[in-house]
Amino acid sequence: MSPVLEVQDLHKAFGGIKAVNGVSFSVREGEILGIIGPNGCGKSTLFNCILGQLEPTEGSVKLDGRDVTRMRPSDLNRLGVSRTFQLLQVFPELSVRENLILAGQEHQGSMLGRLFGARDAGLSDKAEQMIGFFKLGHLAEAKAGGLSYGQQKLLDAAMAFMAGPRLVLLDEPAGGVNLTMLGDLKERLRAINAEQGATFVVIEHNMDFVMSLCSRVIVLAEGKVLAEGTPAEVRADPAVIEAYLGH
Amino acid sequence: MAEFIAYLIAGIATGAIYALAAIGFTLVWQTSQTINFAQGEFVMLPAVLILLAVKLFGLPLWAGGLIGIAVFLLVFGAGFKLVVVDPMIKHGVLPLAIATMALSIIMKEGAKDGFSAEAQSFPSLVPTDMINILGAAISLQHVAIIVVAFAAIGLLQWFVGGTRLGRQMQATAQNPTVARILGIPVERMVLLTFLLNAALAVVASLLISPIYLAKFSNGETIGLFAFIAAIVGGFNQIRGALVGGLLIGVADSLAAAYVSTQYRMAVPLILLVAIILIKPEGLMGRKEERRV
Amino acid sequence: MSAPALESTAAATRSAARRIDGALITLLIGAAILWFAPTGMGRYGTYVLSLWLVMSIGVMGLNLTLGYAGQSSLAQAGFMGLGAYTTAILTTKWGVSWYAAFGLSGLLTFFVGILLGFPALRVRTHYLAFVTLAFSTLVWLLLRNEQWLTGGAFGIPNIDRPQFFGIKLFGALEFHRFVVAVTLVLSLVLWWLVRSPWGRAFTALRENPVRAASLGVDTRAYTLLAFAIGSAYGGFSGSLFAPLVEFIDPSPFTLSQSLFLLLMVVAGGSGYFFGPFVGALLGVVLPEWLRFAGSLYLIIFATIVLALLIICPQGVSGLIERCWAALGRRFGRKAGGTP
Repeated sequence: MSPVLEVQDLHKAFGGIKAVNGVSFSVREGEILGIIGPNGCGKSTLFNCILGQLEPTEGSVKLDGRDVTRMRPSDLNRLGVSRTFQLLQVFPELSVRENLILAGQEHQGSMLGRLFGARDAGLSDKAEQMIGFFKLGHLAEAKAGGLSYGQQKLLDAAMAFMAGPRLVLLDEPAGGVNLTMLGDLKERLRAINAEQGATFVVIEHNMDFVMSLCSRVIVLAEGKVLAEGTPAEVRADPAVIEAYLGH
Repeated sequence: MAEFIAYLIAGIATGAIYALAAIGFTLVWQTSQTINFAQGEFVMLPAVLILLAVKLFGLPLWAGGLIGIAVFLLVFGAGFKLVVVDPMIKHGVLPLAIATMALSIIMKEGAKDGFSAEAQSFPSLVPTDMINILGAAISLQHVAIIVVAFAAIGLLQWFVGGTRLGRQMQATAQNPTVARILGIPVERMVLLTFLLNAALAVVASLLISPIYLAKFSNGETIGLFAFIAAIVGGFNQIRGALVGGLLIGVADSLAAAYVSTQYRMAVPLILLVAIILIKPEGLMGRKEERRV
Repeated sequence: MSAPALESTAAATRSAARRIDGALITLLIGAAILWFAPTGMGRYGTYVLSLWLVMSIGVMGLNLTLGYAGQSSLAQAGFMGLGAYTTAILTTKWGVSWYAAFGLSGLLTFFVGILLGFPALRVRTHYLAFVTLAFSTLVWLLLRNEQWLTGGAFGIPNIDRPQFFGIKLFGALEFHRFVVAVTLVLSLVLWWLVRSPWGRAFTALRENPVRAASLGVDTRAYTLLAFAIGSAYGGFSGSLFAPLVEFIDPSPFTLSQSLFLLLMVVAGGSGYFFGPFVGALLGVVLPEWLRFAGSLYLIIFATIVLALLIICPQGVSGLIERCWAALGRRFGRKAGGTP
């Protein structure tokens, strides 16, 4: 079976600094892949290059065998690739429900259809379902900007799943989230993975979170792949311990 | 050829004025993210204030000059920062820019109602004779403008690069957080740039008013061309604003002579649009890649 | 009666209530009041009311571009000029009916707006302000210099007011009512637009374009649309302005006027549906009431805007909202501790 996502020899340089320096990996259908590495090892830059927010200097990105390198983020998203950002990114002036509807509305119909169609683009039920699923029930009408950090984080993740993506790239989903909510989040992600067969790539600092969630882990250091394997294999790899876990 | 040289010199002279305004503009932008839409009015007003002081109190010109300049530095150097910029800066670049638009209307209409709706002559510091250079008749005033403006810019360069205070100011402009950690009094440095901006405006005003007369609406063109100069040259440094100012001044002067007087203004505008679309960081600016 | 039936009735009521909101009711009542308002106001008073509405349309367009979609534009007076001159030239020189000229003015400014939107895809906010500022000045230069077409500084006189199914609208009151009707239609269109998914996408574009793109929002298309529709409203406004004043020259379409329109958006409340009406009220009608202040008026207006920006950047609408919320809290507390 061909991989969902295939990254080949990706490079990205900022001036003289090589943030990503020849990274290759592939993601299989239905797996949860973790990417870890010390600060500044190029994890977020890698995501941004894969998803079209930054233009890679070299290399290619393939989705289901189709070349999507340098495709615009909005087009890539409509092909079913969704993401969250390291920093919180919800729309503070919109309500929780509106945030969710926005996350889904561009995936159906035409521009004109959206203008003349229903105000909620027929997504109220789906939004309601996501609100329930991510336990934001009492907050549907609240402005996203007024939510607590952890609640915004949940909304952020919910928005990434609103359109039923098949591949989701999560950039530090656990960052700054308290323990109770962390458990919730992990359980929600697992459920979506199991029930909808969505494939995940997760960048994370929180080791416990990655090791317990992911089926396979890639370790990045200085813009290159240092090691790859199951959580147990990676944990035992001397190079990894040297570069990262040992600290 | 003689004619061309005359236009060139005239262009360099007005360009030097634009450069003075553009440098002040970039200084204020760097230290406090203020896009000052009233920059042209800043150049218009000192001459008006001086004439007003002379008229109101019957003072001799030098005394009126001192009072006018002192009032201007106080109100539009320090006061501008404390009253307009400081409360607005937390709301972001755009609201602050809009606030300076409102300020420009207040200054312009204030000069019109409080002083005069007509252009008033302003005494020249040098004789208004013409001299002969390479067969071209050059106005001595133009030469004086070029000399004084370049001296002022040279002085500023020396201050910023060669003195302790100037380097502290530069550090503040580049990274206020780090500057604060290094023990630089950041607030005072920002205030200093606003005072420098006002001082540059005073110099520009004293140089240009003898030629264009003191009139409330003078700021419109000067402000517009100073923006264009700052962007064309590159927003980030004195050198860029200088190059941009001279380029715009010369382009404007030559366009008026050889293209069309009616569309002279269009030439710098088209230059601006071209630069923004092709090289948004400006001729002398460095490209910076946006991080997500 | 079974529970599901009850529920569906309740849902129908809810959805009907959702469709008819406060803004719509205010619009309709406002239009009815303005229809009858000029009684006894005289020709000049009526003219000022019409002018207020005409300017409001232009400010509404800019509010869509800037307030909803977050794209700064200093060219709205340029678009009003394009609309006014297109209508004036078509109706006086080529005998085109006003309705056709109105449509063509909107269409022209729509497409020019798209063109002006392209730089917005490349540069950040303040650079964009300067590109649009350059555009506004270029339009003004064309209006002033191309005498064969625009009459240059002498302008275009004798612009006829339109007819409505054979009824001549030459009188101040008749034309005012026509303006009320056109303003109502354009407001309803915009009301629909900002409540539609497009409105949501515009807000997303303003608040966080990068995140919006990652959620499938075609930021390029929406940016261009925000410019195009906002500019078309400028064109519509100009197209009504020409027959209202019956004589146009380049002076109302200068760069200063573009700045002034922007200040009206901000004064009224950027991103609020009724902000433009409030802003235009401050910018157009108040000067007439403050005629004794003479040219000092501009200073008063600019000072009000400056003070508003410092105290409450959301403008008068934001100030009202804030007071309303404060009143609500006080009232809520007095009413007896229900949280």
